[in-house]
Amino acid sequence: MTDWRPGAGPGALRARAALLASIRAFFAGRGVLEVETPLLCSRGITDPAIEPLLVSGGISVGAGPRYLQTSPEYAMKRLLAASSGPIYQICKAFRDGEAGSRHNPEFTLLEWYRPGMDHHQLMVEVAALVCACLGERPWQALSYRDLFQRSIGVDPFADSLETLQQMVRQIVDVGALSGDRDLWLDLLLTHAVEPWLTAQGLCFVYDYPSSQAALARLGERDGCQVGERFELYVDGIELANGYHELGAPAEQRARFEVDNRRRQARGQPQRPLDEALLAALAAGLPECSGVALGVDRLLLLATGESDIRRLLAFPWDRS
Amino acid sequence: MANFSTNEFKPGLKVLMDGDPCSILENEFVKPGKGQAFNRVRLRNLRSGRVWERTFKSGESLEGADVVDRTMQYLYNDGEFWYFMEPDTFEQHQADAKAVGDAYLWLKDQDNCEVTLYNGTPLAVAPANFVELEIVETDPGLKGDTAQGGTKPAKLSTGAVVKVPLFVTIGEVVRVDTRTGEYQNRVSK
Repeated sequence: MTDWRPGAGPGALRARAALLASIRAFFAGRGVLEVETPLLCSRGITDPAIEPLLVSGGISVGAGPRYLQTSPEYAMKRLLAASSGPIYQICKAFRDGEAGSRHNPEFTLLEWYRPGMDHHQLMVEVAALVCACLGERPWQALSYRDLFQRSIGVDPFADSLETLQQMVRQIVDVGALSGDRDLWLDLLLTHAVEPWLTAQGLCFVYDYPSSQAALARLGERDGCQVGERFELYVDGIELANGYHELGAPAEQRARFEVDNRRRQARGQPQRPLDEALLAALAAGLPECSGVALGVDRLLLLATGESDIRRLLAFPWDRS
Repeated sequence: MANFSTNEFKPGLKVLMDGDPCSILENEFVKPGKGQAFNRVRLRNLRSGRVWERTFKSGESLEGADVVDRTMQYLYNDGEFWYFMEPDTFEQHQADAKAVGDAYLWLKDQDNCEVTLYNGTPLAVAPANFVELEIVETDPGLKGDTAQGGTKPAKLSTGAVVKVPLFVTIGEVVRVDTRTGEYQNRVSK
């Protein structure tokens, strides 16, 4: 017989409702406006590490194909460029192929933007939100470079590719895996650094290698170019990703084109660029920072659960 | 055989890795906030029995391995090979010492056991969980000592040595748990 029952119990449903209420109260108290943007978008994103789900049917005017959004970032930036002021959104986002104890292909995202803040100022607000939801606790911030040096004694900017590879091979069998410097740094991060972070409580990591800047501005620290980006880990769980947002349309277009060349090299389909976003940047994005936070994972931390499938009313295999 | 991508790796799936047939035990999806996704996979090498972990880039694939488990009847050993028969087709398979491993200690003619076939050839042999074997060698039993503790070694017809209670004697048949090598009880003939 088909298993029709929910994956989450009544306690989990109540905890989710309470968490959503806390988030909305937090932003109401700070004068941040709740907005909604389309889930079905005419443009996908170029990031080679994210695959969207495609909706190909439909008879509406200009219906198909549409991408289920992987994040509301581009639409929210178009609102910012049209003088929306500070905004937040709680929405569903979709990523193909991401399923596990901390991933569901359909998940709930909280994303917000703060005109006038840089990424350090936004980190303070993220910490305040997380404490409002999980209870007061201390927090710390480490640069990506300090994080690697402290946790595993590796300098992610200066050490040679061979050193990074050697370090990975000491920790885990990767067979004949090959890839660029970022691949080896990602292996170290997921296999060695993240386990170290499980004992670090609420910990921000900021200033990533410029090759991992994504949609963040570039800056310079100690002679190294960095992406002004941050990630928040709570007890080793990666919870949020924020940017000091890149506003320059030419630079953004160039990054999208690099993404598409990487896609081509890996045999992935290339994505048409989101010209509406680029036009909004050209019209003028206010100086701002923005962050996306995984609500299902925040709920994981709030409830002490270990698997998000027990917190989703109907996880992927029952939806 | 078909290829399987990391998102199809499920416990029990048999794949070929570095030329050896392996069974997948666990598959964990991990991804940094931005960047490459990986699958941390625990596998058992079915040739060596070794369990280990390997990390793949998500989306990589491995070739499936033609591995099946069959219940077969053990026939005999000719000094070099052990022979097994499929009960429904009467097809016979010969297994070498590597495939049989320590299982030879528990193989009695006509007993059923599990034979793992890889490309149609025995790769591993697992005896039944319990077997009944005759004692061929042990110290004389102590008169009247039927219940108290104390054990002695006894050699079985297959060559296996197990600890048995003091009262058990040569010629008796005993039941043994092959997973632990422990004596269970005497079997009345």
